[in-house]
Amino acid sequence: MTTPPSPVRGSSRPAQSWPGARLHVVTGKGGTGKTTVAAALAVALAAQGQRVLLAEVEGRQGISQTLDVAPLAPVERRVLSTARGGEVIGLAVDAKAALLEYLQIFYRLGRAGGALERVGAIDFATTIAPGVRDVLLIGKVFEANRRPLDPADKHRRGPRMYDAVVLDAPPTGRVVHFLSVNAEVAGLAKVGPIRSQADSITRLLTSSQTVVHLVTLLEEMPVQETLDAIDELAKGGFRVGAVVVNQVRDQVLPDWAVEELLDERVDTAALATPLARSGLRLDPTAVAGLLAEARGHAERVALEAEQLALVEDTGRPVLLLPYLSDGVDSTAVAELAEILTDQGMV
Amino acid sequence: MATRRTAERLDVDALVDDPHTKILVCCGSGGVGKTTAAAAMALRAADRGRRVVVLTIDPARRLAQSLGLVDLDNTPRPVIGVHTASAGSLDAMMLDMKRTFDDVVLAHSTPDKAQQILANPFYQALSTSFAGTQEYMAMEKLGQLRAQADREGRWDLIVVDTPPSRSALDFLDAPNRLGLFLDGRFIRLISAPARASGRVYLKVLGAGIGMASTVLTKVLGGQMLSDVQTFVAALDSMFGGFRERADLTYGLLKDRGTAFVVVATPERDALREAAFFVERLAADDMPLAGVVVNRLQRLAVPELSRGRALAGAELIGIPEEAQEGAGSPDEAGSPSTAEDPPGRGNAAAALAAGLLTVHASLAELAARQDRATTAFSAGHPGVPMVRVPALSHDVHDLESLREVGHALASS
Repeated sequence: MTTPPSPVRGSSRPAQSWPGARLHVVTGKGGTGKTTVAAALAVALAAQGQRVLLAEVEGRQGISQTLDVAPLAPVERRVLSTARGGEVIGLAVDAKAALLEYLQIFYRLGRAGGALERVGAIDFATTIAPGVRDVLLIGKVFEANRRPLDPADKHRRGPRMYDAVVLDAPPTGRVVHFLSVNAEVAGLAKVGPIRSQADSITRLLTSSQTVVHLVTLLEEMPVQETLDAIDELAKGGFRVGAVVVNQVRDQVLPDWAVEELLDERVDTAALATPLARSGLRLDPTAVAGLLAEARGHAERVALEAEQLALVEDTGRPVLLLPYLSDGVDSTAVAELAEILTDQGMV
Repeated sequence: MATRRTAERLDVDALVDDPHTKILVCCGSGGVGKTTAAAAMALRAADRGRRVVVLTIDPARRLAQSLGLVDLDNTPRPVIGVHTASAGSLDAMMLDMKRTFDDVVLAHSTPDKAQQILANPFYQALSTSFAGTQEYMAMEKLGQLRAQADREGRWDLIVVDTPPSRSALDFLDAPNRLGLFLDGRFIRLISAPARASGRVYLKVLGAGIGMASTVLTKVLGGQMLSDVQTFVAALDSMFGGFRERADLTYGLLKDRGTAFVVVATPERDALREAAFFVERLAADDMPLAGVVVNRLQRLAVPELSRGRALAGAELIGIPEEAQEGAGSPDEAGSPSTAEDPPGRGNAAAALAAGLLTVHASLAELAARQDRATTAFSAGHPGVPMVRVPALSHDVHDLESLREVGHALASS
């Protein structure tokens, strides 16, 4: 089942890779498989020999579940390496850890960190203060993205630690807010280090170094959310990348048969002879049942084709990933990574 | 001990008919049909004679339209088209979190102070974007609806949808978290750093505090800190109130009149989330009514196995020319042969084989869903469950919503 099946009809334009992009943000409606796609994208990049950071920010341990590795701590850890020397480093970004690290770096806090924790300031900043949590989460990704390979390279002239960063971002409903949060904080904090960091993060996110990919299924609601998100992202000044259509199922019936079923002009009587050859001894009720199932299938095929047309109308490169009947594990992710590569995602 | 193969059935009609059921909470991860399930259960309860109000959170456009919800005005509006013979009624609303928060402020402070709070930049950010505000306000609104129900007797059942949180459990924690924070010592500390009483805190909490507030000023910038201080000072009168309200809402959720319904789809990930939920509810002593497993593949010919269907298809044989247009098309190739189906005999054979192949793939899907669902039941014995078949179309009017309710109750 490695071939991306119809209802594609050869319409998936090969996506060019993303010139200049280092930070790939992957979003999608809940349940569309954005974590799987983010993991597959990271593996695809690593397969080219790149060192890739795969970061999640929702505290769900999605990476660990998708790639079958032990739960991730808020420290970077290698989760996979590839034949060509590439590797995927996993990180479950945690707001609290990010804040303490941030304070350590910028203020060399020793005991004061503990004091902040005791009076509830850390909780305040990471769970209550508006936007700060998201700022910290993105801030950590920002820091990892520009970290030099050589810690002594203070001016960041040499190579960086990571060739690419893939962010498993919040779902489409929240992603624009998540990515824009720095601009908001900049409005609240008019001066100070938070403000200046917020500004540089906004610059990175709206630059050509960052590209936002959307994951969808060929169903009404996810497609609608995808279209809405593309508009909003564009308005927010973000670079929209590919639309990855996930879980595309095989079209079992030829197109003419789909149309006959939809138009209810199947010649039922003519089915008797070939069905008899099946040796299954199907009674009329069973045949009617099979026809009903096939009609349901045809309706789904038609609906999916409609949704695919909507996705293609966005003008974004559209990639198709097959439905994997055995569920998702690390082998499946590797398979999806190859399909992404074949379709020009990396 | 023998493993229980099938879970006890969740009887939705019995649940909504029971006059002791006062609050129904629908929860689950995103994309499982939670909001639709909440609306469908509310409509069903109303059709069966309950006087219901349903609180939806961010419903899909068509679902909102089905309920006649056009404006996000934070007020329950009557839904037209409920079966009136039963004397039931249905009101529906969409949550407006900012407005709900504003109402809390207005209700608990003097007009002057309220204006001060509403105009504060920190408050404005808190009320629109704080991760958790939606959860808190959903619970706040639930509390308000309950109070209004008790006061006016307009409703005898409240159905609530829960926000699509980053974790499905956030709404249980958010009220308490915000309550804890708003009357916590930290906020008192930053609200009064210059006052004489600051010294008391210094003594009590130790010397770290001095450092802490210096750092805060540095990190947040003096202006943001002063916004927070103004906000907190204005909010002072409401402190106890917030905590108390959070406790009340939490208590309401534990009440015996409350029933949680966890919604999931029959896939591994959604069921894993559902499992977290079920365990958390049990740990917190929250009354779980059961689990709705949504969108199951149903077979019209269940007695025909996948293997036999595939073998049958093979025996029929598919003529080469009829195969075009199915499976994976080549990139540039002619995609469709829809206009010119193969000759009659071949077409019938291809279609006959196709019917069996479609059945085989549906049977495979159904079997996998069944395995996932059964595994969940085995891990959570005693949790009632209802397995609901997938509908062929989305909800687009009240009648199709009624169909969902029917499926929930009769599956």
